[in-house]
Amino acid sequence: MVNRKLAPQIKDAIDYTLELKPCQKFLLDNNVPVYTINAGAEDVLQLELVFHAGTWYEPVNLLAASTNHLLKNGTTSSSAFAINEHFEYYGSYLNRNCYSETATVNLHSLTRHLNELLPMIREIITTSVFPQDELDIYRQNMKQKLEVNLSKCDFIANRLIDEYLYGFDHPYGRYSSEAAYNALHREQLESYFRDYYINGHCVIFVGGKLPADIITQLNKNFGDLPLNRNAVPEAEHKIIPAVNHKYRISNDSKGVQGAIRIASDFPNRHHPDFTKAQVLNTIFGGYFGSRLSGNIREDKGYTYGIYSYLQNHVQRSAWMISTEAGTEVCEATITEVYREMERLRNEPVGDDELLLVKNYLIGTLLGDLDGPFHIIGRWKSILLNELGDDYFDKSVATIKSITSEDIQSLANKYLQPEKFYELVVV
Amino acid sequence: MIHFEQFVLQNGLKVIVHEDHSTPMAVVDVMYDVGARDEDPGRTGFAHLFEHLMFGGSVNIPTYDEPLQAAGGENNAYTTNDLTNYYCQLPAENIETAFWLESDRMLSLAFGDKSLEVQRKVVSEEFKEHYLNKPYGDVWHKMRNLAYTTHPYKWMTIGAELSHIENASLNDVKQFFFKHYTPANAILVVAGQVTTGQVKELAEKWFADIPSGNKYIRNLPQEPKQHTARLLEVHAKVPIDAIYKCWHISPRLDQRYYITDLLSEILGGGASSRLYQSLVKEKQLFSNIECYHFGTIDAGVLTIDGKLVKGVSMHDAEAAIEEELEKIKSTAIEEKELEKVKNKTESLIAFEDMSLMNRANSLAFYTLLGDTSMINKELQKYQSVTPADIKKEAISIFDPGNSNTMYYYAGN
Repeated sequence: MVNRKLAPQIKDAIDYTLELKPCQKFLLDNNVPVYTINAGAEDVLQLELVFHAGTWYEPVNLLAASTNHLLKNGTTSSSAFAINEHFEYYGSYLNRNCYSETATVNLHSLTRHLNELLPMIREIITTSVFPQDELDIYRQNMKQKLEVNLSKCDFIANRLIDEYLYGFDHPYGRYSSEAAYNALHREQLESYFRDYYINGHCVIFVGGKLPADIITQLNKNFGDLPLNRNAVPEAEHKIIPAVNHKYRISNDSKGVQGAIRIASDFPNRHHPDFTKAQVLNTIFGGYFGSRLSGNIREDKGYTYGIYSYLQNHVQRSAWMISTEAGTEVCEATITEVYREMERLRNEPVGDDELLLVKNYLIGTLLGDLDGPFHIIGRWKSILLNELGDDYFDKSVATIKSITSEDIQSLANKYLQPEKFYELVVV
Repeated sequence: MIHFEQFVLQNGLKVIVHEDHSTPMAVVDVMYDVGARDEDPGRTGFAHLFEHLMFGGSVNIPTYDEPLQAAGGENNAYTTNDLTNYYCQLPAENIETAFWLESDRMLSLAFGDKSLEVQRKVVSEEFKEHYLNKPYGDVWHKMRNLAYTTHPYKWMTIGAELSHIENASLNDVKQFFFKHYTPANAILVVAGQVTTGQVKELAEKWFADIPSGNKYIRNLPQEPKQHTARLLEVHAKVPIDAIYKCWHISPRLDQRYYITDLLSEILGGGASSRLYQSLVKEKQLFSNIECYHFGTIDAGVLTIDGKLVKGVSMHDAEAAIEEELEKIKSTAIEEKELEKVKNKTESLIAFEDMSLMNRANSLAFYTLLGDTSMINKELQKYQSVTPADIKKEAISIFDPGNSNTMYYYAGN
C-alpha cells in the first residue's frame, strides 16, 4: 500500500533553468522594426501592430480610444461591414486595443490566410475615414454601456482609485463620461489618425507558425508607409495625487457588497525594487495561497476573491489591493489588509513559505513560456518598456536569490498604511 | 490531429494520456460526471459548493494548494450544469505530486466543519458578486425558470436560492461526495511531457486502490416539448431596457447541435453577423445584440439578448428580431455566408488547441460524452452542414410556440 501521508519527492522549481527563447528582429524598408517568434504546432499566428497612439498623446479625453476603436468602421474604399466580413470570412479576428502609451491592431489568424488579410490591415491603418454615422452609433452605444457600468460598484471604484493616485488630468487617472463622448468630433479623430497612425510610430510583433516569406509579406504591405520618420513624440504629464487618503462612496443604497481598493504609488519596472516587490506582492496577495486570500477568504469568508498587484503602466506603477466584500464586512476586511501589511513588516517570512512562493513563481513562469504567443508577449513587454535583453534572466535570478530579510525590508519600505489610498464603493 | 491513448483501471477510472514532448509542463485534469443538473431541487448549488470544499484538505493531506504550489504548480476548477472539472498544471518532473493530491481527494475529503462554514460564506459572496450586486445579474435565474418547467437546467449552478447553500449540512456534503466523487464516475486526463507507460504506473500506484463506488445512473426528468410561447415582464433597477429570447434546441450529441451552433454564429457571432449589422448598425434599435447557446449536454436553449437604444419600444425591438428570424427561415443562406462561419469555427478550434490545458480539458469532456475520438471529428461535423440544413433547423427552432421571451424594463 502506498503511504499517502508522505508527499512524493519534488524537484524545486527554483532548480530549473528558465530560458526565454530569443526573438528575431528585422527592419522593414522604412525602418519599422519587426520582432518574430516562429514556433508552435498549430498553423496559427498572431500579428500585432503597436502604435504609439495611446491616451498619453491625446489632446482631449477619449480621442485615442475612439480613434483606435473606429479603425474598423470604414475606409475610403470599404464599409465597416465589408471590413468585418473580410476578416471573419477568413476565420480571423482583428481586435483593437487602446492603452495608456500604445494603441494596437491585433490579428489572430490561420497562417495560410495571412496574405489575404495583410492588405486589409494596410487599408485600415492608411485610409480610415471615420464616417459621421459610425461615430454617432459608436457614441450612442458607448454612452449606454457606460450608463450600465456606472451602476456597478467595482467599475466606479476602479475609476476613482486611479484618479486619486494620478489626478484626473493625467492619462492614468482620466476616465470616460457622457460629456466627453458628446464632445468628440470626427475631425479630431481624422487628425489623431493622421498624426499617430498614418505618420505615426509603429513596432510589429508576430508569433506563431510563420510562413517562410513573412518578412517579404510584411514589407510588401507596410514597408513603404511613412511610419517612424520622427522620434516617438514626447509628452509630459504631471501626476497630481489626491490630498485625502480615505473615501467611502455610496452608489447604491441597496448594495449588498462594497468594492474595496487600497492603493499606493509605486515606481516603474526600471526601479531596482520592482522584481523583488513582485515576490513580496505574491506572498501578500498575488496568488491563491497568499496571506490576504488565506486570511480574508479562506479563514473569514468575507469575499469570493482578494488580490494585490502592481499596475501595468510604463511610466509609473501603483501597488493595488482589490476585492469585493459583503457590505457589513468591508471595514473588517480593510482592518485585516493592514494587519497583513503589519505582519510582513514585523515578522520575517518563514523559509518554507518563501521557498513555496519562489517555486510557484518559477513554475508558473515555466508554464507561461509555453507557446509562441506567450513568448512574443514577454518580448513585447521587455521591448516596449525598454528593459534590456537580459531583463528576463535578471528577474529569474532575483526571484531565486531573494531572502527573507530582503522581503521584510521591502515591506517596511512600501507596505506602510499611511502611503495608501483607501476606498470603498457600495 | 490530437493523439491520445486510453485505458481503464480495475475500479472503473477512465484514464486518457496525451503526450506532448514540446513542453516542459504536464497537465492533470480530473473530470467528475456530476453537475448542477444532478442536484436535488431542494438542495441546489451543491455541486458548486462542493467544488469549493475540494480544496479544504483531503483525508491524508491537510491542504491541497500548498504542496501543489510548492511543486511549481497552479490549479483551478469549475462547475457547470453538466459536470465538474479540476485541473492543474505543473513542471512535468513533479507530476507525481498531482497524482498524490488528486487521488487522495478522490479517496476521501477531510470534511472539516470549519471548511464548510467558511466556504458557505465564500459562495454567498460569490452569489452576491455575480448575481445580486450586478445590473441584469438575475436574468438567468429568471430565464431558466421560464424556459424550463421540468428539467434541472431550471436552476443555475450557483443554486436556486442562497438558503440552500446556507443550510447545507456536513451530512449532506458527505452523501454527495460518496455518491458522485468515485472512480466509476471520474475521468483522469494526463497531458504534456509524459509517457503512457509512466502514467499507467502512476495511475496504478495512486488511484487503483480507491474503492470503485457505484456508477451513478442519471435519470433526469426531461423537458417536455414546448407548444405555447411564454412571456415574462420584469421591471428592475437598471438604466437600459433589454430583451431576452430563448428557444429550445437539440442535445449536444445530436447532429442538429452543429447546425444550431453555426446558426447562432450567422445570427450573432461578430460584427458582420446578421443581427448586429441589421439591428445595431442599420436600424439602430439596439446598442448591442448577441446570439449564443451554452453547449449543454442535455437539450439547451438558443438565446438572443440585446439592449435597446433609449427611446426604442420593446414592441419595435422584438418585431425587428422577428423579421430577421423570418428571413433566415424563408430564404436559404448563401454558400459564402455559411463558409464564413465554418472558417471561423475551424480557426477557433485551432486556437483552442494551442493550449495544453484546453486539449486536456477537451479530451476529458469528449470522454464524458462517451467518445474521446470526437475531439478529432468535430470540424468534419461542422463541414457537412448545408444551407438547407440551416434553413430547416431555423424553421424548427424559431417556431413561435417554442419561444420564451423576457422584457426586462429599466426602472423599478
